[in-house]
This record gives sequence, C-alpha cells and structure tokens, in this order.
Amino acid sequence: MLAVLGVLALAAYPWVFRSNYAINVGFLILFAAYLGQTWNIAGGFAGQTSFGHVVFFGVGAYTSTILQTAYGMNPWIAWPFAALAGAFTGWLIGVLSYRAGLKGSYFALITLAVAEVGRVVANSLPITRGGLGILVRADHRAANFQFKDPIWFYYLALALCLLAMLIVWRLTRTRFGARLAAIRENEDAAQALGIDSFREKVKCLTLSGGLCGAGGTVYVQKYLYLDPSIAFGVDKSVEMLLVTMIGGAGTVLGPLIGSGVLHVVGEITRDLGNSLPGVSNAQPLSIIVYGAVLIAIVAWLPDGLMGLFSRRSKDARRA
Amino acid sequence: MLSPEILFAGLVNGLMAGGIYVLVAVGLTLIYGVLHIINFAHGSLLMLAMYAVFFLWRKPLGLDPYVALPIVTAGAFAFGYLLYRALIGHFSHGKDENILLITLGLSIIIDNAALFFFTGDTQTIDVTYAGQMIWLGPALVALPKLVSFAAALAICILLGLFMTRTDMGKAIRAVAKERQGARLVGIDVEGVMAISYGIGIACLGAAACLLMPTFYVSPTSGHAFVLIAFTIVALGGMGSFKGALLGGLIIGVVESIGGLWLGEQLGQIGIPLVFILILLLRPTGLFGAAR
Repeated sequence: MLAVLGVLALAAYPWVFRSNYAINVGFLILFAAYLGQTWNIAGGFAGQTSFGHVVFFGVGAYTSTILQTAYGMNPWIAWPFAALAGAFTGWLIGVLSYRAGLKGSYFALITLAVAEVGRVVANSLPITRGGLGILVRADHRAANFQFKDPIWFYYLALALCLLAMLIVWRLTRTRFGARLAAIRENEDAAQALGIDSFREKVKCLTLSGGLCGAGGTVYVQKYLYLDPSIAFGVDKSVEMLLVTMIGGAGTVLGPLIGSGVLHVVGEITRDLGNSLPGVSNAQPLSIIVYGAVLIAIVAWLPDGLMGLFSRRSKDARRA
Repeated sequence: MLSPEILFAGLVNGLMAGGIYVLVAVGLTLIYGVLHIINFAHGSLLMLAMYAVFFLWRKPLGLDPYVALPIVTAGAFAFGYLLYRALIGHFSHGKDENILLITLGLSIIIDNAALFFFTGDTQTIDVTYAGQMIWLGPALVALPKLVSFAAALAICILLGLFMTRTDMGKAIRAVAKERQGARLVGIDVEGVMAISYGIGIACLGAAACLLMPTFYVSPTSGHAFVLIAFTIVALGGMGSFKGALLGGLIIGVVESIGGLWLGEQLGQIGIPLVFILILLLRPTGLFGAAR
C-alpha cells in the first residue's frame, strides 16, 4: 500500500513541480538512486565495498556511444550491449580479484585502480577521441533515445529505479540474496555451510555491473556528451557509495532515501552558502556536508537512515 | 626502441621522483603497519601540507620551502596527532572498510574545504633555484629534484634510526606487532597510535616542502599521489619500511620509463596496472608478511 502511494507520488512529482529545474533535480535524484542501487547489490548485500563502481558505468557508456557514433547503431539497440559490457566487466573483475582472495579494503582499492585504468585508456585511444570526448549529434526523437522534454528522462530514471528496487527486493526474499547476506556477515562460516562464495560473489558483481553499465547509456543520451573523467571519475563512484551508505546499505529503499536526502541537503546548503556575503560558489560547501554526513553515518548509524525506521534490522544485525 | 641515453635519463629522473614517493609511502605504510587502517585521506593531507608551504612562501612571510621544512613537518605532525585523537581513533575498532570510509569522508571534506577557501586555481611558488640543472652523467637533472631525492632518503634513514634506536620507536614496533601484548607491558597503545599517525602525516609535511619547488598545488593535486602511494605500499608489502623504500624507487622508474615508452597519456597506465597485478599475483608484496 505504502509502496503504491510512493510510486504514485514519484510519478506525480513532475506534474506538481512543473519547472525544468525541478524535473532535472528529480531526474538527478532518481538516477543517482539507480546507480546507488547497483552499488548496493554488491556493497550492501554481499559486503563487497567498491571504490571504483564507476568503471561499469563508464564501460557501458562508451560501449553504447561508440556503437552509436562510430558504427551507426540505433542507441536503443546499443543499450543492451552497454549492459552486457558492464556485466562482463563485473564478471572479469570478480573472477580475477576473488580468485586472488581479495577482500575488504583490498577489493575496494583494486576497483579504484581498475577505474583509473579505464580513465587512462579512454584518454589515449583514438576510438574514444581521448580527452576531447565524444559528442552525440543532437536529434531529438524518441526513436533516437533522445527526448526534447526532460520529463521523459525523469520517467525513464523512475522506471529504472523501480526496476532496480524490484531486483533488490527480490534479493531480500530469494536464496541467492540469503547466500549473499551470509557471505557479507561471515564468509568463512558461509563456506562452511556449503555456499560457493566465489561463484555467488562473481554472480553478484556481474549483475551489479550490468545494471550500472545500462545507466551509462542513459547518462550519455541525456547529456549527449561523454569524456574520460565523466565516464571514469572518482566522484561518481563516491556518489554511488554515499547515497547507499547514507540511506542504508543492504536495504531496498536506502539508495533512494539517501539520494533524496543528499540532493535536498546539498541544494539547501548551496543556497544558504550562496546567500553568505563574499561567497561566489558554494558548491564545495554542499560536498563538505556529504563528507561529514558519511563520517557521522559510519560512526553512529551503520544501518543508515533506514536504520532509524527499522528496529528489526538493527536487532537482526546484533543477534 | 629508445636510445640508451634517453633510457638512462628516464631512469635517473624516475629515481628522483621516486625519492618523494618513498617519503609519501613511508607515512602510509607506517600508519598501515601500526593502525591496520588504510589512510585514504593521505593524498588530501599532502595537498593541505602543500598549501601550507605555499602560504608560508607567499608574502608577508616569504619563507623558502626548504627553510619551512621543519615548521611544516612539525605542524603536520600536530595536525595528524589531533586528527587521530579527535576523529579516527574513536572509530578504529570496527571493520577496516569502515575506517576506509571514514578516511574517505575526511578526504572529501578536506578537498572541498580547500576548493572553497583556496579556489580551484593552480598555485606555484617561484624560487630562484627552480630552473637550475645539473649533469648527472649523460642525464640532465633539475637541482631541486636532486635535493628532494637526497633529503627524502635522509629523512627515511632518520626515521629508520628513530624506529630502531629510541624507546618510542620500540613502542611503535611493539604496538604494530602485538597490540594486546604491548598494552600488557604498560605501553599507552592509544597514545602510540596517535603518535604513529602523526609521524605518518609529518612525512607528508616534509614531502610537501620538497615537492613545491618543482610542483604545483591545487585542491586536486593530492589525487595523483593516492594511487601511487597505495601502489608502492602494496608493492613493497603493507607495513614494510624497506619495501616502501624500494617500492617507491621502482614506481618512480616505472612511471618515468612508462611515460617515455607509451607516451604521456597511455604511460599513466603503468601505476594502476602494477597495482592490480601485485594485488592479484603477489598480495604480500616484496617484503610483506603473509596476511
């Protein structure tokens, strides 16, 4: 019931707040929530904290964009290839690093390094046009995956976000999800119970990478531009991690709540900062708040904001 | 193929750069060895120290970066000590990912505070000796780079002596090896940890002074060093001083030769690639103990 109301509220949002600004902020919130949700699948459910999740986004974005601009493929048809490329990258990183037994911080750092490799490669290849970036020719037709009215991108992001939430919700009720939770809580114990933790973790990262790669295409189709620092920049990895950690890692609603709170707090801080005398750009102030919120959450609210609402999850974790 | 002269010049310049990397990585490896935390804020704190050097050099103080070295190093020590006491220490008993996240949050705050207060402009300092070159065999080397190389190695040796010859050094090594045992024999473990963190950051202060004559500072200039320092520490073995020393020099050379061989852009791939390969193939590094 609540879920239906929530979906209706999100669907009605662009009709209540009709300005392009409001709709674009709405898009950013939903899109960040979607990417955060893909991080959540690996980081929240399986405990695989990644610092370089943007690599899936970037690989997906470049795949569909190059297929489109260099080979003339329709972006709708190129879209699944982006997801496939993201999934393949997830599979590859998973197989290599889990074979080597990398866990915890080591896994986080290796994803960071892989994203950096992606950035350097994208900066040097002729096919990605290096640091110049790729401009997608504007041709606003729905058949072209380009919409003149931002409302369509809002609904696309909403649909993706709901799809990801559905997948994550399934994770909370299937054996696959339970196995991932067991691995997160105690990998040795999970293995002792007969769980093939290598296989499950690779599956999880493949799923997460595929969904994240699909997000890359949406970003490029909206902004019609892609360069190496957009595709592989650290800040996007950090944003995915932040919205999920703040909302609540390992929960269905966490990334959406986190993204909403973070964007609203960010907008308010920026407006307040800009109203101070002598401040010309208060954007950094809002990001400082993000960092402070992250520290506070890790220190006092390890279950994120969702932890405030559900006693149950807290008790479950303590048990 | 590259000619031997160019290769030699690349080698020498790589070693010079490696000296600074050693200093940055020694701080990181000390913090890891003692506290078992990966200090993700390392690059941001280096950037902060570089700004300190810049502001000391600017009028009205006009301090030469080499003269400022003791001041910045001491200031960095105090800053690191307080940071640990006030913030990191409180959370250091949880999972290591949590500490990684705390230091990530710290680096976000520091980077953006720098962007807010100092703007995104790139700042450099002009010293008269910046452009002086010296022939080292067939290779031409900038004088400040030679100075920074020598000074970085000297500081590492001093640190090594401190660790082996003094009571505090002994206490730090004891805490690194066996925390509970150290507590039992009456060592103030929390205090030693805070001091270790302070020393790790003090290394960054010294590195900043040696870097500034030939480098620039902007709110993002710490980023370049984060992955480099992690790579060195992974290559040398987490927690190993010898490893950081050798690893730093190797990485300096890899970067320099990679740049010559693959070009300015693609050459940057060397460091992340080395990092990935080490973690995949030999996670204990050259000198690290088994995890």
